Amino acid sequence: MSTVPISFANAVEAWHLPSRGKVAMAGLILAESAIFTIFVVAYLFYLGKSLTGPTPREVLEPPIFYTICLLSSSLTIHFAAKSLQRDHRRLFLGLWLLTIALGGSFLYGTVQEWRRLIYDHGLTISTNLFGTTYYSLVGLHAFHVTAGLAMLLTVAVLGLYGRVGVSRSGHIEVLSMYWHFVDAVWVVVFTVVYVLGR
Amino acid sequence: MSANAITVSGAQIEAKPWVDELHQWLTTIDHKRLGILYILSSLMFLVFGGVEALIIRIQLMHSHSHFVSPEVFNRMFTMHGTTMIFFVAMPILFGFANYLVPLMIGARDMAFPRLNAFSFWLSFLGGLLLYFSFVGGSGLYGAGNAPDVGWWSYAPLGARAFSPGHSSDYWTLALLVSGFGSIGTAINIIATIISLRCPGMKLSRMPLLVWLNFVMAGMVLLAITPLSAAQIMLLIDRYLGGHFFDTQAGGSAVLWMHFFWIFGHPEVYVLIIPCFAFMSEIIPVFSRKPIFGYPVMVAATVCIAFVSMSVWAHHMFTIGMNSYANSFFTLTTMAVGVPTGIKIFNWIGTMWGGRILFKTPMLFSIGFLFQFLIAGLTGIMMACAPFDWQLSLSYFVVAHFHYVIVGGILFALFAAFYYWYPKMTGRMLSENLGKWHFWLFLIGFHLTFDVMHIPGLLGMPRRIYTYEPGRGWDSLNLVISIGAFIQAAAIIVFVANLILSYFKGAMAGSDPWDAWTLEWSTSSPPPAYNFVTVPTVASRRPLWDQKHPDDPDSRYE
Repeated sequence: MSTVPISFANAVEAWHLPSRGKVAMAGLILAESAIFTIFVVAYLFYLGKSLTGPTPREVLEPPIFYTICLLSSSLTIHFAAKSLQRDHRRLFLGLWLLTIALGGSFLYGTVQEWRRLIYDHGLTISTNLFGTTYYSLVGLHAFHVTAGLAMLLTVAVLGLYGRVGVSRSGHIEVLSMYWHFVDAVWVVVFTVVYVLGR
Repeated sequence: MSANAITVSGAQIEAKPWVDELHQWLTTIDHKRLGILYILSSLMFLVFGGVEALIIRIQLMHSHSHFVSPEVFNRMFTMHGTTMIFFVAMPILFGFANYLVPLMIGARDMAFPRLNAFSFWLSFLGGLLLYFSFVGGSGLYGAGNAPDVGWWSYAPLGARAFSPGHSSDYWTLALLVSGFGSIGTAINIIATIISLRCPGMKLSRMPLLVWLNFVMAGMVLLAITPLSAAQIMLLIDRYLGGHFFDTQAGGSAVLWMHFFWIFGHPEVYVLIIPCFAFMSEIIPVFSRKPIFGYPVMVAATVCIAFVSMSVWAHHMFTIGMNSYANSFFTLTTMAVGVPTGIKIFNWIGTMWGGRILFKTPMLFSIGFLFQFLIAGLTGIMMACAPFDWQLSLSYFVVAHFHYVIVGGILFALFAAFYYWYPKMTGRMLSENLGKWHFWLFLIGFHLTFDVMHIPGLLGMPRRIYTYEPGRGWDSLNLVISIGAFIQAAAIIVFVANLILSYFKGAMAGSDPWDAWTLEWSTSSPPPAYNFVTVPTVASRRPLWDQKHPDDPDSRYE
């Protein structure tokens, strides 16, 4: 029963572990996937169970253009992160701003769609089960796009002041993981809401 | 923070202005201090939840009791359940994980210290939000204060129409906020374990406590989040006029049950797996043998985690599912008993032929083994759908899950307190008071929860505020209540031991139990930076290797 703290010899062998940022983002993505799964299950479970109209078939139109915008923003952020790794700062900043523009236009598309549904078709979150599940699922995704855009904008502002260099490429990759996740979720939401749900 | 901020003795603490000390504790991002904050706040909520339990037991002591009104009784069992699960069991286990995981893997802190502090304050303030409902819950309608719809808040009871005022809102928001805290902590634990292990600490050499907390954190990510999602839906229903659980607009009350129990059953394993972790550290040290079947223990834990994700609807046999669903959930529930049984065999295999030291931590561990086994056996009984149809919502079920939570989780936690208190404070807990605590609590526990099975079998439903005389329940309930008070007395002995030993306990030194994991290699309490030099590890028992350089474990692994 010693009382003196034991000391150890210094490390000899090479010891590499995964980056904590990526591991944490993977964990967050796992948790978020579970949340989205529950909302998707609720959406599918309540398909066709609304007691009053309007129904998805009557009012929903697939937002194909804005979907292409969002999915292509995954490509631009990927190449932005790659160009930062190679220290091409101007290219990085250009692609980064393009990503923001594409994400922003997707959000604009959602705004237009909701405006049309509310003013032209009278569908709100309390109209029927379709309204409740539609606005909460698409809204949850739009919330994640908004949060992502806020983070992307922060990086863009820092980048415009020249504060984002190669040393930050690890952080940028973590952020791009999140953005890819948001895009992947949209593939699921799009399939469920606009393909299966109609 | 200075290097010796944690090692100052009692006299020096008094010399410092208490405001400074308080400020340091409130703004700390040190994983050890946050761990202790988690534990202290949980102990506070344990007292709240315990008082609620005693009020329930006084009310049920005899038939036609008027100790509290039916409305207050509803609030008491709702608050008791919610408090004990979300604000006692979860945070206290997170507290131990916070304290021990970095020390055991030779790290200097968690991966994200500020996220760690943020998660703690979310959990703690979530608890305060729940208790604020006693004051602010009536809101505009003047209807009831604290939540009173059960800790499941089954739809449509949680809807505006049946739960007016703000009591259910406090419940929802408190669980949502503390749920986000839990997710933050789980992410932190996972990132710490994957990315901050000291050189040589391969996954196959991690202490079992670290492995099991890793699995627990993964389960938190997958199990707490459905609850958060369901709480968001309930908020949409209550505030935005949504219809998720509104049966009059086509919504489904059963969907809430599914969402709640997709969280609710894995939650049991989120709570019990860290307790398995305590057992896997304490039993070997007090048996003076390495753990029996290390790889099988890890595999069994991962297996439990997987299977436990597909057993939730055994809480719902009585709602009338079809026979295929009933059979599926009966089979999966029975299957989860297999890896759990493997674990119990391995702990007994560890004790077998060992030189067992019956110190207080070991007493509680042995209590855990027997009681958890019995709790598992009644669980297997109720996994049979027809048996469950008969006894669901009776006191048999209440006895079963309290056997798990008190007989299993709480006993394991007490073992952990007696085992790691010297590391956290630098002083030993009194063995004498510890034995009093153990025997009193053991007697009180068995009086209460062994006997509680019988009124359940006799047909006494749970959540009734009183009952008719002459059904054969009276004397049984009296015995159950007496047992509850004996347990309360044991808790007073425990708290007295914590406080007295903090000032008067024998000095512990860095390694009072002659143990083998890294946390015992640093001083007690450890300095803010944990280790003077980052340790290197060559086997599962690094301290054994240090103490026995002639015969290190690394030779055999």
